[in-house]
Amino acid sequence: MTLSLLFEQLLNGLQLGTMLFLMASGLTLVFGVMGLINLAHGSFYMTGAFVTAWVTGTTGNFWVGLLAGMLAAAAVGAVVEFAVIRRLYHRDHLDQVLATFALILIFSEGTRWLYGSSPLWLNVPDSLAGSVMLPFGVEYPLYRLAIIGMGVLIAMGLYLLISRTRLGMRIRAGENDREMIGALGVDISTLYTLVFALGAGLAGLAGATIGALQSVQVGMGEPVLILAFVVIVIGGIGSIKGALVGALLVGVVDTLGRVLLPDLFKLFMEASAASGVGAAIASMLIYILMAIILIFKPNGLFAVKH
Amino acid sequence: MKKVMNAGLGLMMAAAIAAPTQAEDVKIGMITTLSGGGAHLGVDARDGFMLAIEQAGRDDVEVLIQDDAQKPDVAKSLADEFVQREEVDIMTGIIWSNLAMAVVPSVVRQGTFYLSVNAGPSDLAGRLCHENYFNVAWQNNSLHEAMGEYMSTEGFNNAFILAPNYPAGTDALEGFKNRYTGELANEVYTQLGQTDYAAEIAQIRASGADSVFYFLPGGMGIAFMKQYAGSGVDIPVYGPAFSFDEIIIGAIGEAAIGVRNTSQWAYDLDNAANQAFVSSFREKHGRTPTLYASQGYDTARLILDALEVAHPDDKDAFREALRAADFDSVRGDFRFGTNHHPIQDIYVREVVANGDGVTNQLVGVAVEDMQDVYVDQCSM
Repeated sequence: MTLSLLFEQLLNGLQLGTMLFLMASGLTLVFGVMGLINLAHGSFYMTGAFVTAWVTGTTGNFWVGLLAGMLAAAAVGAVVEFAVIRRLYHRDHLDQVLATFALILIFSEGTRWLYGSSPLWLNVPDSLAGSVMLPFGVEYPLYRLAIIGMGVLIAMGLYLLISRTRLGMRIRAGENDREMIGALGVDISTLYTLVFALGAGLAGLAGATIGALQSVQVGMGEPVLILAFVVIVIGGIGSIKGALVGALLVGVVDTLGRVLLPDLFKLFMEASAASGVGAAIASMLIYILMAIILIFKPNGLFAVKH
Repeated sequence: MKKVMNAGLGLMMAAAIAAPTQAEDVKIGMITTLSGGGAHLGVDARDGFMLAIEQAGRDDVEVLIQDDAQKPDVAKSLADEFVQREEVDIMTGIIWSNLAMAVVPSVVRQGTFYLSVNAGPSDLAGRLCHENYFNVAWQNNSLHEAMGEYMSTEGFNNAFILAPNYPAGTDALEGFKNRYTGELANEVYTQLGQTDYAAEIAQIRASGADSVFYFLPGGMGIAFMKQYAGSGVDIPVYGPAFSFDEIIIGAIGEAAIGVRNTSQWAYDLDNAANQAFVSSFREKHGRTPTLYASQGYDTARLILDALEVAHPDDKDAFREALRAADFDSVRGDFRFGTNHHPIQDIYVREVVANGDGVTNQLVGVAVEDMQDVYVDQCSM
């Protein structure tokens, strides 16, 4: 393991982390403000990717597609909140899980019905194609670097939104005491719809940017959703700061584990067995990390006090 | 009077409809994957199969189709329904090896014929081979083995090999190593369903390998290849056709150009049966068939060919007719080994630009008359 390889893998971990943050921030906001467990968050990720692929294919412009994908995911989020989610706030978590799981099935089959079951085309825009030279002799894909940059910008934007704006003030108030801000005359249902649409839009943005790197297909949101849940449990459910730290931690640990563990096992095992065992343990690593963190911090790293 | 006549007429009609089902009708049960991430394989296998059935124009052959959603338990209960309630004569259609292992052994033991359109797990070719089981596609290892041999003859001596960590993935790398004579730069197993390969690509870059061999079917392959092309690594890439079927390379786009892959079939193979198949498939479905479609088509044609000789109720005669494999396969020469798995040529294809998109083009033959390595373990 050379220094340049280690540096490159750290960047890869960071890039995975920023993507997870986009997913986890929406999930944790919705839970923090509305007390809702939303399994259908992965469907907004998928919606963003499909709309981006479709609009990019029609207009030939990735940026128009990206904007459309993000807005479409936010719009779909708002509609779903208005039509379904609104009825779930006062129900217990099991009902919420059941109803939002049903939404996953509806979204998946609906998308298959609209776009078919074959994966869709979406390529990295020409302006971000190729790779650049970084310090330590690392040649790194420009697009992934742009993702990291975008993630940093969005994290800062969210921080400013929540700490400096009136909407953010209401969101924080909603996290602290839901009944009270309603009593103070804040239009709570509009606030909920806005927060939900914001989370959905961020998920859609994540799906669209990752869609260009991977494949746009039905069911693409669920694996990411599971990771996002791990992130918010590690970070403390409801905490944006926790989501950021948790996402970066999961991204870096997962990436480095995949690379380092097989090499570690090769020290005392036969090569082909070591890569199998190493890969198996690496896939469990973030769950082991979550378990260890929960032993010492049962409510996550940045537990929100209620 | 009128009532009696009506009743009589009804009875006659019922007799006319019922009579042939007694002796001559043939019922085929197809269980395949039509939903979920792996759906395009099942859809193509089905479309190829049904194309041959429709072309035959026989109204005494009935095909029942069910979706297994890529779940072994669903496939198993569908199989029980087909065998016990529908009493089908022949079953076919399963794409995935883990599903085949859940279904095939009990189906063939109950006396129903099973013809595999795709899955070819090693146990069914060796230890668990059965007189009622025929594989019309390949044994799982075959395409990987052929690529191992091809890359050795091309002079590669330091390959980086990569597959998901599940049975077909380990089989793939074992199969590859079977005939590959060079050194390995590294052997990496990824998570099944993984979509981000940045860490593996960085390892490939740092490994100093002279070639990359990977088996990543479906969405995994699309993700890997797109990211590989964007990473600036220019080590040549090889793999089995499962990583590079027409649908996958369509989604990868230009990034796939230049990749070579092994397949038992190519749409531009020059034989009359294949040309007829490809043009009628394109006409009906508006797309170029994948190897899965060719396997479905061949399976149906083998069944239809054997039906000319005997009805499946006459098990020995029908089995002999299948074993003879007298049909014109779209892949050219085709015969069965003693374990009822194909002995066939494995070809090499290269991904080339084609108008706006990309397509596979036949380059040559990797291995002639290839037979699987498990045939000796089969006691038939």
